[in-house]
Amino acid sequence: MLQIKQYVKVTSLDEAYELNQKKNNVIIGGMHWLKMSSKSVGTAIDLSGLGLDEIVETDDAFEIGCMVSLRQLEKHEGLNYYTSGAVRDAVKDIVGIQFRNTATIGGSIFGRYGFSDVLTVFMAMDTYVVCHKAGEISLREYAGKKADRDIIVKIVVRKRPVQMAYVAQRHARTDFPTLTCAVSYMDGTWNAVVGARPLKAEIVSSDKNMISGEDPVTEAEDFGAYVAGKLTFGSNMRGSAEYRKQIAAVLVRRAMLAAGKDA
Amino acid sequence: MELKFILNGKKIVTEIEADSLLIDVVRDLGCLSVKRGCESSNCGLCTVFVNEKPVLSCSVLAARVEGQNVTTLEGLQEEAADFGAFIADQGAEQCGFCNPGFIMNAIAMFRENPHPDDEEILAYLSGNLCRCSGYEGQLRGIKAYLEFKDSQKGEA
Repeated sequence: MLQIKQYVKVTSLDEAYELNQKKNNVIIGGMHWLKMSSKSVGTAIDLSGLGLDEIVETDDAFEIGCMVSLRQLEKHEGLNYYTSGAVRDAVKDIVGIQFRNTATIGGSIFGRYGFSDVLTVFMAMDTYVVCHKAGEISLREYAGKKADRDIIVKIVVRKRPVQMAYVAQRHARTDFPTLTCAVSYMDGTWNAVVGARPLKAEIVSSDKNMISGEDPVTEAEDFGAYVAGKLTFGSNMRGSAEYRKQIAAVLVRRAMLAAGKDA
Repeated sequence: MELKFILNGKKIVTEIEADSLLIDVVRDLGCLSVKRGCESSNCGLCTVFVNEKPVLSCSVLAARVEGQNVTTLEGLQEEAADFGAFIADQGAEQCGFCNPGFIMNAIAMFRENPHPDDEEILAYLSGNLCRCSGYEGQLRGIKAYLEFKDSQKGEA
């Protein structure tokens, strides 16, 4: 059972950062995953008083505060218009509305969870993580880094023209995904992000001249097989590595065809 | 530590620990409709509203509701009785164990989206585990309730 000695609702990011340098202190996001642990936490650091729970849309970016809930992502018209509903599709089966009202994007990204729908969909866009000390780094780089004691302040999605779609395989609605998949087309390149392998999401991009668009169905099938061949898959109670590899090729094909429809 | 918040419209001042969970605080204050079903953020039985939004009170630190408005089923008696009685008449549920959380979430849906389609109803219901049914009874019951409410408005 999770134990917490002290709760502090911080008044600045500097205060939060300073508190967070101590090993047994922890930032609380939605607290769903943290609560499942039996950790003994010294100070629970709450960022909810810092106004970081808004999505700000500008002409060239979406700036998403770390405390924005998954439900806010699901309901944000601008973000879902930009992604053709891919963000909504990525979060809509995460447990239930009550859960998504408190689970945060900051917690989801910081955790770099192997099962993360959120990490998968945002990696398919031109996304950056803004940390309090380290500043801005690309999400793709952040996803590969080990967790440190810096604080995610916001997630920034640059509005480069994109076509994209999201699909996932679940044994039952609201279960953890067996495989997650986001496919995007940006600046002449197709990108497939596949997560829950059950490893954290990774991206595979098309090589030059690989996809001409002349025969979308065959090319989507070929790209699916190419992506599945490039990635490593593992086994757990939700599926074997072999099963995931087969499913990955299918999901990439389907997502690519769905993304291509918006062309 | 001291916690001040509003529970079902009443100002509350109470003592809590840093790791007290909202479910335990509201139950200690007599709101026994709020139940611990799974304690893993999955079943929806502990649903309460914080500032009108449905959340899982088993996963919310009580300290986080300082100064906020918390509503439980006890604070929604009229709305809950109206919908609950209708659902019971419809025979929409079997054992009723999931009922308190289900009613809370259904009320949240009616407020957010007064005319949901089937897919939207099922999306809301997915946050409340019911092991008796495949949600068919609840889906039918909610649709019938909405039709009944609409017909009442038509007659008014």
